[in-house]
Amino acid sequence: MAQTILSVKDLVVTHGDQPVLKVDALDIQQGEVLAVIGPNGAGKSTLLLVLARLLPPSSGKVYFRGFPLEQEDELTYRRRIALVLQEPLLLHRSVFDNVAAGLKFRGLPRTEVKTRTMNWLERLEINQLKDRPAHRLSGGEAQRTSLARAFALQPELLFLDEPFSALDSPTRSRMLQDLHALLSQTGITTVFITHDLDEALILGDRVAVILGGVLRQVGRPQDVFTSPTDAEVAAFVGVETVIAGKVAAHDRGQIMVEANGLNLEAVGDIPIGTQVLFCLRPEDITLSISERATGSSARNQLSGRILRMAPSGPLVRVVVDCGLPVVALITRGSANDMKLVEGQTVTASFKATAVHLIPR
Amino acid sequence: MNADILEITLLSIQVSLLATGISLFIGLPLGTWLALHPLRGRNFVLSVVNTVMALPPVVVGLFVAMTLWRSGPLGDLHLIYTPTAIVIAQTIIAAPIVTGLTASALQQLDPRLRLQLMGLGASPTQMVFSLWREARLPLLAALMAAFGSVISEVGASMMVGGNIRHQTRVLTTAIVLETGKGEFQTAISLSILLLILAYLVNLGLTLIQQRGTR
Repeated sequence: MAQTILSVKDLVVTHGDQPVLKVDALDIQQGEVLAVIGPNGAGKSTLLLVLARLLPPSSGKVYFRGFPLEQEDELTYRRRIALVLQEPLLLHRSVFDNVAAGLKFRGLPRTEVKTRTMNWLERLEINQLKDRPAHRLSGGEAQRTSLARAFALQPELLFLDEPFSALDSPTRSRMLQDLHALLSQTGITTVFITHDLDEALILGDRVAVILGGVLRQVGRPQDVFTSPTDAEVAAFVGVETVIAGKVAAHDRGQIMVEANGLNLEAVGDIPIGTQVLFCLRPEDITLSISERATGSSARNQLSGRILRMAPSGPLVRVVVDCGLPVVALITRGSANDMKLVEGQTVTASFKATAVHLIPR
Repeated sequence: MNADILEITLLSIQVSLLATGISLFIGLPLGTWLALHPLRGRNFVLSVVNTVMALPPVVVGLFVAMTLWRSGPLGDLHLIYTPTAIVIAQTIIAAPIVTGLTASALQQLDPRLRLQLMGLGASPTQMVFSLWREARLPLLAALMAAFGSVISEVGASMMVGGNIRHQTRVLTTAIVLETGKGEFQTAISLSILLLILAYLVNLGLTLIQQRGTR
């Protein structure tokens, strides 16, 4: 694994005497995109402000390249990072001036400011807007300006706080794709905050879940989503079966995904060869004890042995090893009817339309 | 008489511009500091500033006159009945206006803008300058209000300047004098001059403001 660029130890932030954030340990690796997810008010933005050194922690330490953050000169550190917030917060000047703002703060020569600004205006496809006053931009254009302003700084760390949550859905998905491309081209280490699971799955190399002000789990998306550490994380992420695979065939909206040697069917419009995450919600999976679920119209049928069964309220969470872990949620009644026990062989079936594919 | 009017007008402009300029140097940093530092009792300080903004010029005149009076604490400076005394009084009138309006102009900006600017690597100085630039329209309005109030006040100028011909006579005190003498024609001419002057300054600032909103 690459080297650690930012590392959090025993971090606590309190507001008055109310604890708002607690992170025992969190390492951010050079070049990775860490998606921090959690519901609104969970403490995600607080974490970002602490990492960007815009909010001092009540206790605990943040290390930047091995050195405690408070030993670094504050301004020097803030000039190695860049910040994009939910609101674009542009200055009442032209788009060009906005993108150039951070470069000018750094006192760079005029020609370099111009070259870098023009380059990033172009890469975010807003160069035709460069002379327009920032307050006359659409939401999407404004957020592109805000992103260009951050990327132009060539930061060592990029902090993004729900940059797309105020945008309409088509604009948001285009921006998401473009951001994904820019992040993989530049390789900038990024902390991306969102309450949207799709965004986290698309962008995140790793996912960190914050619930109720506490960092609960960090890991690869497929790990966090398939094996949530506790019931609350599971309830928040909802989708529990996440399988990394590749589109093997594609015919009139029907997609065949190859994952761990299994062929799975889904619907969508994704070109062959694309790496995808194959996501299933546990309530969309039905279990049966026969070898084949006869009479079922479900296109996907996988058999395997029950690894674990855990009661969850009126439901039972059943993990089936079908070559890859599949998580189903069934009522206690049907679990009793089928007399399910751990180790038993069952067939898990789900419709192609229940599958949620996320291109990576 | 025409030469006199010119002299009076020029002195009015000089004194009021200087007072506005000095109050800008006092009020802009002070107002900024009040707006950006969430110190305990800030609301109390701001309410005091807002009250002082409405200070009657005669009260300021009385205070400055007592201070500069020959037997007063600063009597040795021999400033009473000089243009400098008028500038001092007008600065005391204008500074709270600039301070209060600067604070309110900056408090109207999105508080997260400061985080954003710091997150882009602005030094404290760069951040303050960016915020001033962002609030340039209300800040210009603050200047207009300050200049408008000092060019048109008469009480303080009369009390600390004394309306001495060729020395401390300004437009407003001259109008009072001419009206008292029954010289309504001269008083009206001076009034029109005062209005034109106030109008020109405000026109200039409005044009700058409008350019900013485009």
